[in-house]
Amino acid sequence: MFGSQRLKWAVYAGTALFVLWSVVSLLSGVTLSRVSIGVQNGYLLLESMVPPETSSESLQRVYTYLFETVAMAFVATFTGVLLSVPIAVGAAENLSPKPIYLLNRGIISITRSIDELIIAIIAVKAVGVGPLAGIIAISYLSIGFFSKLFAEDIEDIDMGATEAIEASGASRFQTFVYAVIPQVAPRFIGLTVYRWDINIRSSTIIGIVGAGGIGTLLMRSFSRYEYDFAGTILLSIIVVVLAGELFSAYVRRRVT
Amino acid sequence: MAAEDGRNWERFDTITQLKRLVILVIAAATVVGSWLVLELDLQYVWTAPREMQDLAVRMYPPEWAYAPEIVWPLIETIHIAVVGTLFAMVLSIPVAFLAAENTTPNKLTYAVGKLVVTVTRSVHTIIWALLFVVMLGPGAFAGMVAIAFRSIGFVGKLLGEEIEEISFDQLEAIKATGGSTFQVLLYGVIPQIKPALIGIGVYRWDINVRNATILGVVGAGGIGVQLFGAVDAFRWSAVLTILIAILGIVLLSETISARARALAR
Repeated sequence: MFGSQRLKWAVYAGTALFVLWSVVSLLSGVTLSRVSIGVQNGYLLLESMVPPETSSESLQRVYTYLFETVAMAFVATFTGVLLSVPIAVGAAENLSPKPIYLLNRGIISITRSIDELIIAIIAVKAVGVGPLAGIIAISYLSIGFFSKLFAEDIEDIDMGATEAIEASGASRFQTFVYAVIPQVAPRFIGLTVYRWDINIRSSTIIGIVGAGGIGTLLMRSFSRYEYDFAGTILLSIIVVVLAGELFSAYVRRRVT
Repeated sequence: MAAEDGRNWERFDTITQLKRLVILVIAAATVVGSWLVLELDLQYVWTAPREMQDLAVRMYPPEWAYAPEIVWPLIETIHIAVVGTLFAMVLSIPVAFLAAENTTPNKLTYAVGKLVVTVTRSVHTIIWALLFVVMLGPGAFAGMVAIAFRSIGFVGKLLGEEIEEISFDQLEAIKATGGSTFQVLLYGVIPQIKPALIGIGVYRWDINVRNATILGVVGAGGIGVQLFGAVDAFRWSAVLTILIAILGIVLLSETISARARALAR
């Protein structure tokens, strides 16, 4: 496995030492009293969140921002998927020449590595506070995820069909339309809906950095210590996220 | 010949096609409607590429002199991911046993296990961090706990599925020698799920490195603190240095995780 036993034990020992270092350096300043105070604070926090604030005015605000959150997810999924399709085709080994394949794989790894909140904060500085920054950030993160999975689906297609269409004298474009698209269409829909459901989750928190959606409201309520309102917001986020997940699971069961 | 004329070359009948058209129209209308609801000013959309380009110019070249200052925060980010994953593994083992159909004591405990898995997964790391910063004060410790809580659902779910597939003969054999429930777990269940345990742990660690880079936005430690500080101070060339560093550790941890998972299998 490792080539030699000695190397194997060196890797084990190195890993163990690193883990030990992590534990010691992270927990060294943490005393039992800090943890117990933390637990007490948690209890107080929970107590001030329950019952959640339910005045009609606050609920109205939650509805407005939730609406914005879901709308952001829709637009960002659309733009994200639109940008991802060419990258996915480029990153499919069976359709693209090697240099284009490597370039697109590179784009995918890089977009997947930087978190959307980081992109969101940069987008906020670039285009100002509001949902547009959030849409840019979420679309950006969709690219890595969607292109990677969709490229894998394209690689899995039956090349026999492609050959058959080519043999009938079809152009490259016609081959793509009649041989590739019908084979990947169900997976395309499934992935889009799946990504939409992940995007809802992202767009609930992206407001923390000012990029629109209910996160804006959550951050504000925390900084004003309005924990009962924060409780309402957290509950609404959980409900929306779960609803999105159920809907996406239902659609994906239907198409595949 | 009559049969030839009656052939239908359409792959789907009219009703299916109509249904699909309706779904397509609804989907398109939702996207357009969302765009209108958000009242996105096209003026900003058109200037966005220019603003981005402007930003890129201000970022380049990266400020290498800033690099020594971010070495420790980077190490701290990895520490948060390591300890957070460790805590998550410990916390999720009981959850996994509850959420696995063959080891859960009854229907109620099964439902509790599933609930814990669902709720911990659907609350984003940043929201957990927000809560734990209020409870434990700002710093890497709160971030670590947030990472651990977010990971419980993921690890518990995958581990639960693994437990559902173990072979019962071995458990019975240990029971037959007079082993207690704890001994059955230790000698019957754990050895069977050990490869999966390592695989899931390493995989989650790699995701957690990525998550730990953003904890700083709510003051929960890691490289994010420096990143968001630099953004607020408009030190764009320092921002680029940090972004490159983040890219580096994320790609590195991804490589390590892929290697380790290939070995554990």
